[in-house]
Amino acid sequence: MAKEFELNEVEVWDGNYAASQALRQAQIDVVAAYPITPSTPIVEGYGAYVANGYVDGEFVMVESEHAAMSGCVGAAAAGGRVATATSSQGFALMTEVLYQASGMRLPIVLTVVNRALASPLNVRGDHSDMYLGRDSGWIQIDAFNAQEAYDLPLCAFRIGEHLDVRLPVMVHQDGFTTSHKAQNVYPLKDDVAYKFVGDYVPVDEMLDFTRPVTHGAQTEEDWHYEHKAKQHKAIMDSKTVIDEVFEDFKKLTGREYKRVETYMMEDAEVALVLLGSSVETAVLAAKQLREEEGIKVGVVAPRCFRPFPYDLVREALDVPTLKAVCCLDKSSPGGAMGALFNEVSAAAYTTSSRPMITNYIYGLGGRDFAMDEAKRIMKEQKAHADAGHITTNIQQFSGLRGPKLGFYETRRS
Amino acid sequence: MSMTGSVPGTDNRGIRELGAEEKVGWDQVQQGVVLPSFEGDAADIAHQKAEERHYADFNSYTATVASWRVLKPVYNRDICIDCQNCWVWCPDTSIISRDKQMLGIDYDHCKGCGVCVEVCPTNPKSLLMFNEAEENEEALSEWPQKEKKAK
Repeated sequence: MAKEFELNEVEVWDGNYAASQALRQAQIDVVAAYPITPSTPIVEGYGAYVANGYVDGEFVMVESEHAAMSGCVGAAAAGGRVATATSSQGFALMTEVLYQASGMRLPIVLTVVNRALASPLNVRGDHSDMYLGRDSGWIQIDAFNAQEAYDLPLCAFRIGEHLDVRLPVMVHQDGFTTSHKAQNVYPLKDDVAYKFVGDYVPVDEMLDFTRPVTHGAQTEEDWHYEHKAKQHKAIMDSKTVIDEVFEDFKKLTGREYKRVETYMMEDAEVALVLLGSSVETAVLAAKQLREEEGIKVGVVAPRCFRPFPYDLVREALDVPTLKAVCCLDKSSPGGAMGALFNEVSAAAYTTSSRPMITNYIYGLGGRDFAMDEAKRIMKEQKAHADAGHITTNIQQFSGLRGPKLGFYETRRS
Repeated sequence: MSMTGSVPGTDNRGIRELGAEEKVGWDQVQQGVVLPSFEGDAADIAHQKAEERHYADFNSYTATVASWRVLKPVYNRDICIDCQNCWVWCPDTSIISRDKQMLGIDYDHCKGCGVCVEVCPTNPKSLLMFNEAEENEEALSEWPQKEKKAK
């Protein structure tokens, strides 16, 4: 029997330690992991809990991230609660197996500490690994600070393991800005946290010898399409369960999560849409700009990156006063507009307010995104609003040295 | 169409062409492409002979999955010593044996890898590879003689 870990009402934890504590409290059957910066302390912390008797499950050290996720797939198919952690290049190496996990409908939890993808090699935080996962069929939930990096893995087990969902879930946090920044975190007691997560309910488990099953079957053109459609419906419909689990978590802790977080959008004339730790920067900048210059700025932050909250993004942007929106993508789009820009634009296009929307690429490889730059971008949106048309390139780069870089101009006057 | 029928103990094998199963819509496919092997409780399955088991629709036991074989092993009962080597080594459970007596080859599942021929210890071999199109009777009539030991 696992020992109870004594916790204070408030602890000073960074995002990594917060995530590792949440994994410990979920009493996972198998963690197969291969540590990588900046998520290493999640695996390290979990290994220490196992060695010191705080976890009953197995901790499997493997030779690569491909093997880590493969071990997770095997253990989940066998019928256990399973989780692991990774970042960046490790995430990229896992990618093949991520698609196996979601197609096989195995509710694995993956805590991802977002980091740039090489080349050039870089250990700092951006969202290129998170974006790499966006068609993988995993639910992707984003934590903006250490408290959320603790809370959301607990929710992730409940969401993924729900019998109406049965899909793997990633919980993202930003490399270093969240993962290595110590903040006040209010943890639950072990028994309370475990009760919230609940006992694992296996489905079609391979260790049920009364009902042998084949996992990972091959299908060709006569079956593959129907299976992918069923899987897509499951992740699209998971929004109901996500909302329910967030509601239950609020009842337990008072901490409220939504698939799309909105700040000061009620009367907003301009807004930023962004993800991760930059959300808190943007919210503070918006508050100050409202006070300093009276510009009505709001912020929209998809908590849930997948399933993409088309319904709630549209709701958030369907504000009669809203004129100009900027979507910020912290991943190099490699020859396109940013993914967040594309998806938010598509949702906003079907609203009656249909605001002007522009795109900034920012923060690549951990380039700092601070208050002044957030305010500058907000003021630029206000200039679009006042002019009645987009006055800059539609896609621009924030915080970049050298000549101004931008692409495309509006054809709306 | 089954190619097995003549080998005892394989009556239920290879009755379907691969891909001939009933096509259902996306709402009815099995979640996660998980395929149950048997109908009903299978706790005692290891103690039942294959022909006594209730295989599920998606179990390849009831499908013929050998259409791409180019060379086939032919079995010569007159030489076989029932050592079971081929039965042990066959990667596709395509050597049919009952009560330690070799009965023949399940041509609905054999892929023609030739491992059975390789491990056969008799002289001449009791299993040899022949062109898929050649009749088994013809193959048996061409069987080689025992090789003389070198002095």
